[in-house]
Amino acid sequence: MAWEYNEKVKDLYRNPKNVGEIEDANAVGEVGSIVCGDALKLSLKVDKDTETITDAKFQTFGCGSAIASSTALTEMVIGKTMDEVAKIKNQDIVDYLGGLPAEKMHCSVMGQEALEAAIADYRGLKVVHEEEDPDTAIVCHCFGVSNKKIEKAILENGLRTLEDITNYTKAGGGCGSCIDEIEQILEETLANQAVAPPAPMPAKPKRLTTLQKIKLIEETIEKEIRPQLIKDGGDLELIDVEGNRVVIEFKGRCLGCQAVTYTLSGVQDKLREMVSPDLEVTVGSD
Amino acid sequence: MKTVYLDNNATTQVAPEVVEAMLPFLREHYGNPSSMHAFGGRVEAPVEEARASVAKLIGADQPSEIIFTSCGTEADSTAIWSALNTETDKNHIITTRVEHPAVRSLALHLKRKGYRITELPVDSAGLIDPRDVERAITKKTAIISIMSANNETGVLFPIEEIGRIAAGYGVKLHTDAVQLVGKQPLDVRNLNVNFLALSGHKIHAPKGVGALYVKRGTRFRPFLIGGHQERGRRGGTEAVPNVVALGKAAELALDHVTEERTHVRALRDWLEQGLLEAIPRSQVNGDLLNRLPNTTNVSFEHVEGEAILLMMSDLGIAASSGSACTSGSLEPSHVLRAMGVPYTFAHGSIRFSLSRYNTADEVEYVLEHMPPIIARLREISPFWKD
Repeated sequence: MAWEYNEKVKDLYRNPKNVGEIEDANAVGEVGSIVCGDALKLSLKVDKDTETITDAKFQTFGCGSAIASSTALTEMVIGKTMDEVAKIKNQDIVDYLGGLPAEKMHCSVMGQEALEAAIADYRGLKVVHEEEDPDTAIVCHCFGVSNKKIEKAILENGLRTLEDITNYTKAGGGCGSCIDEIEQILEETLANQAVAPPAPMPAKPKRLTTLQKIKLIEETIEKEIRPQLIKDGGDLELIDVEGNRVVIEFKGRCLGCQAVTYTLSGVQDKLREMVSPDLEVTVGSD
Repeated sequence: MKTVYLDNNATTQVAPEVVEAMLPFLREHYGNPSSMHAFGGRVEAPVEEARASVAKLIGADQPSEIIFTSCGTEADSTAIWSALNTETDKNHIITTRVEHPAVRSLALHLKRKGYRITELPVDSAGLIDPRDVERAITKKTAIISIMSANNETGVLFPIEEIGRIAAGYGVKLHTDAVQLVGKQPLDVRNLNVNFLALSGHKIHAPKGVGALYVKRGTRFRPFLIGGHQERGRRGGTEAVPNVVALGKAAELALDHVTEERTHVRALRDWLEQGLLEAIPRSQVNGDLLNRLPNTTNVSFEHVEGEAILLMMSDLGIAASSGSACTSGSLEPSHVLRAMGVPYTFAHGSIRFSLSRYNTADEVEYVLEHMPPIIARLREISPFWKD
């Protein structure tokens, strides 16, 4: 079957970058096997002080899109911190490549898995072997795909059909005897997803300059905090902002109020919610 | 960029003589052979000449033993369904693990319908043991369907011997000879087969035409039920240009069949030896002696077939692979798996299949470019250790 690879994918398997192994790598992730027909070994060199990936190399056994996905992955992680790369999902690899044929999505999933394994290796986390997890069972024995992996692929990629699941995880693509079970997992996962309340959108961590931060703190105090205090006969004033330390002073009835510590933690919670979770609020007169 | 076409078991170049032969039937002679008028009648004789040419190619006694079909798959289905529909008290089919999907998928379909299927194993060279056929026969066996030559490895099966066994038990034998026809001399009179399927586009005719040999005296039921065409054995207006093309291709195949054993075999052997010598950890899959002269299936350990094909394709070289990624099924070739070829080799298998149109220059070109492709992919592979 001739796959419709785009020019970017063709370029990256014709001219793969970052091939090989890093000798003094401190984060290594290995996934796949020769039986399954594709495998990827990712090695990273991470600067211990800054947690920045200074080098990344790969070795891949697999088809054109597996080689292209591996190159993409290494290019994407070099120069980033471990926290940053922990957020990379298979769709990011697909986006970097400008798309993959549907039947080849599993190549991008293999990239994400190798990265997860490398991060776990760096953090010294023992990868929980699936067979040790009582809630995990191998569903597709041809390719060794567990129910957990299938559920994850469904949720992370919004999969809706058996064909989608095979394209992303290979499950069901061999003898086909597990197809009924996969369809059941799909049904249950989608049903659970429908029942669960919509997950609150996590507040986007904002990257603020000091000036922006101070402005946002002032704005929050003016609009969200002071009106409430004034209603209760009290008030507060912003004294200073040093890094993440916010210094305030209570006024009016707040002074000498028994509940002032509660008020302080309330102010801190509000500022953390609206500005930055790292803020510490202290009272200047202390 | 030049194309070096080494995928002739997939399909072949239409011979220029074949194109010439069929053109008048696309242009002026567009009549329907069933028509009463002279205009239609004018295409009847060429269809019958084509039938005679196909009969001659396979050694059939009479042209009437040939039914034209739309493809090899239809010929296979016709044979198997005919056997099942003429002996409705029987429910057992014997076949092999290495059949082409034209037979294998039908067998799986019939299994789901309640038929009992015996899939005979092959050994590590891809050969079947005729004694296994004998052991599998029961009173309920309706048909034995075994290919003459395997499409992936070129390995030949002992149809003559199996035919003797089948005839001894009065069981019908069908052989899918799509890969064998034109590459080896063939005489159905020696084979004891009831049915034999062949395909036009594997022997330099266009796609869309095949034929089924039905031995005289074999009870038969049509697969396509319709008009009285093909003496009531296959409904549907004859694809006259394609049928004429198949007839011409059959003539040419007979003329060139010795070339397969000389020119084609020499090129194949040179290619195969050259690859094995230049590329470490490579092997040929399938028996070296009992094999079609045009086919070699070579595995390169620790590299993946699709990646090899893509790099070959960039250089204009066309071949195919038994790797999972190219099969569309995510599993490597069922043929190589049935032979027990290790996964480390199965995923990196490339089938080169030649034809009389290939040249020494082309083989030289391939031998020049294959070793660097494999070396490059091995450099990327995590399993390759120098």
